[in-house]
Amino acid sequence: MCRWQWDVGLVMLIVMSNALPACDGGTAAVALNGTQRQWNGTERTPFQHDHANNSKKTFPVLGFNYDHVRTHFQISLWILLAFLMKLGLQLIPRLSCIVPESCLLIVVGLFVGLVIQVVGEEPPVLDSEFFFLCLLPPIILDAGYFLPLRPFMENLGTILMFAVLGTLWNAFFVGGILYGVCRLDSAHLAGVDLLACLLFGSMVSAVDPVAVLAVFEEIHINELLFVLVFGESLLNDAVTVVLYHLLEEYAGVGSVSAQDVGLGVLSFLVVSLGGVLVGVIFAVMAAFTSRFTLHNRVIEPLFVFLYSYMAYLSAEVFHLSGIMALIACGATMHPYVEANVSHKSHTTIKYFLKMWSSVSETLIFIFLGVSTVAGPHLWNWTFVTVTILLCLVSRVLGVVGLTFIINKFRVIKLTTKDQFIVAYGGLRGAIAFSLGFLLEKEHFPMRNLFLTAIITLIFFTVFVQGMTIRPLVDLLAVKRKQDSKHSINEEIHTQVLDHLLTGVAHVCGHYGHHHWRDKLTRLDKQYVKKWLIAGQRSEEPQLIAFYRTLAVNQALELLESGGEMLPSAGPSTNSLQTLKSKTQENDQSLARISKDRKEEIRRILRTNLQSTEQKLHSYSQHTQDEAWTLRVLHRKQAEMGRKMSIFLADAAKLQVSPVQHRSRLASAPQIYNSRP
Amino acid sequence: MGTLFSAPDDHFQDLSEKTGFSPEQIQILHKRFKQLSNEEDLLRRDDFNNIPDLACNPIRTQIIEAFFDKRNFRQNAVGSVEEISFEQFVVVMSHFRPVPLHNMTEEQRERMRREKLRFLFNMHDTDNDGTITLEEYKHVVEELLSRSGAIGKETAKGIADAAMLEVASITVGRMNPEDFYEGITFDHFLKILKDIEIETKMHIRFQNNACALC
Repeated sequence: MCRWQWDVGLVMLIVMSNALPACDGGTAAVALNGTQRQWNGTERTPFQHDHANNSKKTFPVLGFNYDHVRTHFQISLWILLAFLMKLGLQLIPRLSCIVPESCLLIVVGLFVGLVIQVVGEEPPVLDSEFFFLCLLPPIILDAGYFLPLRPFMENLGTILMFAVLGTLWNAFFVGGILYGVCRLDSAHLAGVDLLACLLFGSMVSAVDPVAVLAVFEEIHINELLFVLVFGESLLNDAVTVVLYHLLEEYAGVGSVSAQDVGLGVLSFLVVSLGGVLVGVIFAVMAAFTSRFTLHNRVIEPLFVFLYSYMAYLSAEVFHLSGIMALIACGATMHPYVEANVSHKSHTTIKYFLKMWSSVSETLIFIFLGVSTVAGPHLWNWTFVTVTILLCLVSRVLGVVGLTFIINKFRVIKLTTKDQFIVAYGGLRGAIAFSLGFLLEKEHFPMRNLFLTAIITLIFFTVFVQGMTIRPLVDLLAVKRKQDSKHSINEEIHTQVLDHLLTGVAHVCGHYGHHHWRDKLTRLDKQYVKKWLIAGQRSEEPQLIAFYRTLAVNQALELLESGGEMLPSAGPSTNSLQTLKSKTQENDQSLARISKDRKEEIRRILRTNLQSTEQKLHSYSQHTQDEAWTLRVLHRKQAEMGRKMSIFLADAAKLQVSPVQHRSRLASAPQIYNSRP
Repeated sequence: MGTLFSAPDDHFQDLSEKTGFSPEQIQILHKRFKQLSNEEDLLRRDDFNNIPDLACNPIRTQIIEAFFDKRNFRQNAVGSVEEISFEQFVVVMSHFRPVPLHNMTEEQRERMRREKLRFLFNMHDTDNDGTITLEEYKHVVEELLSRSGAIGKETAKGIADAAMLEVASITVGRMNPEDFYEGITFDHFLKILKDIEIETKMHIRFQNNACALC
């Protein structure tokens, strides 16, 4: 409960910080341009000296100047608030099981907005520029960098069909029928013409990647469906960009000619392919740069982030699709950068990306809630309800119709269950709102009407569809994501299968997608890898790279799980005896454990030590990083000694049962004696 | 739609029923068979050398062997032959036919999975003793790494060791230090590859019309 009090306190602080200029004394100007500073005669910062003023004032020991940190302070406070709210919500586990986090965050935003409005301040609205340039890129980069490339490429045809044709269908269906509704006198919507309706249709038709990610990540659906819906949400950006700009330009004029439509199609190709090209160029530069960072490991993550962000910005400069550029950049640079960077940089990149995308996502949903309270609204029952209905209907029709066509070309057909999830998972989100916000009031007098409808639609999809999708997935028994880690056997047999299928396809004389995939892999190996990957790793076959990563990861896991490594094959009872001498000071607490429990613990430790030692022996013989692994082992040995004594002392204090000990220690699989 | 009257249609009809291919697909396969075997009725191992793309494939020997392996002819025979007829060619190919999975029950899917994994198992188990020993597995890994020279040979042993270790830990579980893991039986093979969902992956597209085959 104290969490809530903290949060309310923080909200108050934000409100006050907004209101502070009023009481600051008038002429104090913020030094954002850095040169001039003016301040009231009564307030002085401790850092400034006033040589011109000769009157003796007492030297201020403590000063107060809020203005010069105001913006930064507010931004940090907002982010802090957002995450404390997020933490607070975790404390109510029942709630987070039923309601997806995105809904809760929107509610929090509503609450904050209401508080701010009640106090009398102007709640901040989700500024479109801030959204598109700061909040959206981290989420997309995170998605692109960790995109499961293989299922994505295998289903690319399906994804493109949904993204392009599906979005176009949605836009025109919704826009067209809305226009029909607007023509009815009873709706009082005479001011909305056809192009404005189509523009509105294009804004609400696109499935939003942020909302999809937020909801789908929690329900752990199988990879195929996830890749279909999420891939669609990413690739429909090009369609949205082109439609939006085309209609925005011509809605002012009032009519669109056939030539414009042709130009629109051409523009679509340029926007999407151009975006991908920009992304790939920056990815190659990033991979090439990472080749030379051998002696400067600390700045490696920086290159990944900067090049990707530059790719996004460059694409935006030319009105190309920034999202596609970012995805292409992240997905392309991933294998090469991973081969070049150190293990720690890999972890840094991963966690920074996850952290930033988490910040962005939280802020987006909270701001959506705040903007709902803030924004000027024009509620029209007909318009809003028809919008929601049409979006649902068009989505279902679109998915069913397209699947019918797509299934003729797919080997693994999409079942009705799959189609339902794809249709139901088409959530709308903040991108639609931001696009609506970008409209200018002069050209679009019905802007408020649109914004209200968009927000209501977002609320509907996120709340209703987001909340009900989890029970529906359970009810329909849709296949879930398998959590199993990719084992070496699976890797070997996946490769065998690939080569087998390519070979059999060649025997048949069939040059299908196996052939092209194989050719691409070979070209990549022969030319691209030599340029982009440093040193010996460029020659390393994928299987060996996989094996090495696996061995290193498992070695680290074993070390951290509490086993102690001994380079010699001596009996482990010796080591336990030496340890015991170190723990003389803990003897008192040790004596409290019963004798047979101690014996049990010793036995478990002994068998664990044997097994992990033999296992590591089998691995470390053959990994190329053998020297490295052994160095790590030696270094950890001393640490392990210390940890072991602490562990035994803790066990005494906690009186943990042997069963729990066993489950904690027995993380290493059992041994296999390999005869040479 | 080519006019292929060079083979008796009712023979194809039998084959079509037996293997599940459509008659058009069988005709196309027949054309390919004739192309590979230089218009003869039987296909030999050397004929596979005429396929240039196959030369780059690291496991080409195993693929070619699979065509001449009696275990894949669905006649419960063992051993290998020197030359195969068109019928046997089509039977081997039928292992790669795409199946309409969404209409199948769970046990039909399981049966398909067993069948396809059996094909893979036969490919690895060259001496046909029912288990894949460490040596045979090492051979598989070596072939996969066959283009990496010396590094390949050394790491192949390590990788094969690690893989066998993993199979042992998944299938047998806890073992005493003195126990020896013989080899991967077919059931163990099924167990470790259960997650790959091979029934959705092991297929190639067979053409339905005669246009694209030159």
